[in-house]
Amino acid sequence: MIEVLPADGLVIVAKHECHTCVLVEPVMQSLDRAGPLTVITQDDPAFPSGVGRVLDDQQLERSFHLNIEAVPTLIRFEGGREVGRTVGWDRAEWTRLAGEAAAGEGLPAWQPGCGSRSVEPGVQEALIARYGDPGLASREIPVGEWDDPIEACFERGWSDGLPVVPPTDERILRMLGGTDRKPDEIVGLIPPNLAPCTVEKVAINAVMAGCKPEYMPVVLGVLEAALDPLFVLHGLLCTTHFSGPLVIINGPAARAVGMNSGVNALGQGNRANATIGRALQLIVRNVGGGLPGGMDRATLGNPGKYTFCFAEDESDPDWEPLAQRRGIAAGKSAVTLFHAEGVHGFIDQKSRTPEELTRSLAMGLFGVGHPKLCDSGNAVLVLSPEHYRIFKEGGWNRRRIEDELHQALKRPGRDLIHGAQGVPEGLPASMADKIVDKFQPDGLLIVRAGGPAGLFSAIIGGWPGQRVREECQAVTHEIR
Amino acid sequence: MNQVMTHSSKLRDPTAETSPTRRARLAPPASLDGKVVALMDIGKSRGSEFLDRLEGHFKTAGVATKRYRKPTNTKVAPPAVLQTIAAEAQLAVIALSD
Repeated sequence: MIEVLPADGLVIVAKHECHTCVLVEPVMQSLDRAGPLTVITQDDPAFPSGVGRVLDDQQLERSFHLNIEAVPTLIRFEGGREVGRTVGWDRAEWTRLAGEAAAGEGLPAWQPGCGSRSVEPGVQEALIARYGDPGLASREIPVGEWDDPIEACFERGWSDGLPVVPPTDERILRMLGGTDRKPDEIVGLIPPNLAPCTVEKVAINAVMAGCKPEYMPVVLGVLEAALDPLFVLHGLLCTTHFSGPLVIINGPAARAVGMNSGVNALGQGNRANATIGRALQLIVRNVGGGLPGGMDRATLGNPGKYTFCFAEDESDPDWEPLAQRRGIAAGKSAVTLFHAEGVHGFIDQKSRTPEELTRSLAMGLFGVGHPKLCDSGNAVLVLSPEHYRIFKEGGWNRRRIEDELHQALKRPGRDLIHGAQGVPEGLPASMADKIVDKFQPDGLLIVRAGGPAGLFSAIIGGWPGQRVREECQAVTHEIR
Repeated sequence: MNQVMTHSSKLRDPTAETSPTRRARLAPPASLDGKVVALMDIGKSRGSEFLDRLEGHFKTAGVATKRYRKPTNTKVAPPAVLQTIAAEAQLAVIALSD
């Protein structure tokens, strides 16, 4: 319990590292001689010297309760109530509040103060959590004083198998500082339990995923896109197939949070890529109740179900980014969600013309799901810089590449029907006389990413659930 | 008190809060038929005596038992012991004190 301040008298909040506080040290000594003065010191209990009543506030509890934003702050109390306050050194203001003992002879008439330690970045949230009302609605989970909070999260089933960041109040408050949306706003109903998910729950899971507060607008945008009925998140969770949500971010938001679209873009090592994708999966797990072996019935799953998120490389002005291709205005940020199995590497180090590379890519893309199936899911093609350069030097833009690949991905049905090529798997016999498209007309999503060296691209197969186009598709949403 | 410890003593629930904060204890089995009961000696004095008597009663009742023992009563059981019990038995009786 902190010591109660006198009902009447002067209080000065100061810190030794503040030049203005040091400047007014003689004034504080003068005021101490003149009447009841309490100095609350934020960083050095020995500062100021020559003052009788100095209270150590290194824990910043008094500064928090007095709502101190800058030091020195001079406050006058009468009858237990604050009746006047001034910030920094201002002779006129100090003498108005404290009389001639505060004249500070020889000092300049005015000098601004310094920021209070209680409002330094990240400190205020910690102080609210410690001394104030955090205003959080989620129930508190006590953890034994000697228990490891990370282990406590594991024991309660809140983890995807990797350690999570324990969701303490101060971390949650910092995370909520990353959005101007209210904590109690419901973002949507999370499958499979269709549980209401508030912005606060998003923040808690974003903390656990390892997000920084500035990722919050992206995380919220990703979640809203995932809840688009056309994305069929429930089905994606429940499927026995490999698939999980793939998150592709376009626009300034991706650059603002430092997402990786270059070297190892689909791999590890970038915090934003890793944690934004993970946050979505933790929300589905924790809020929606989608647990592997429970409603998640994947036969094998894929490593991308921990997290699968990257940004598109938009550095080439000739390239139409994926989000613009899918209807988002240029300059806006957007998320595209795709039902993705794992990454299938595509190697072609011999093609030198767009036509050669198109034929070659079509061979790789035709293997998605099964080389004899055309309803086993769409695909994302991640074009690396070196493969893209072949198209660009040939004068092909995104639309041309899409059109040419669509044509190259047609096959005679007779080659694909049951039993053809000695393989039972395949299309119905009724398709024998038809020319069949591998993917739906807009079913191949092309995105640019990757490091500068390597004639490799990535094929990311989709989910058979996409075969009913009216019911299930990749979705693209603007990030607000 | 160490501040870090204080801070880590309270977390917020990331779930939809449809389950209680404390997990319910497993319901006792309706029957011991076919079950193996682990008899765990934590190393306190006379704990083995207590377990000997219990073992006799279980044997009379036709219930299989297996004996386990912590290396020391001053530390929690090593994971290997707990994993062995979980793999070999369905119920456990622990002789907690002397």
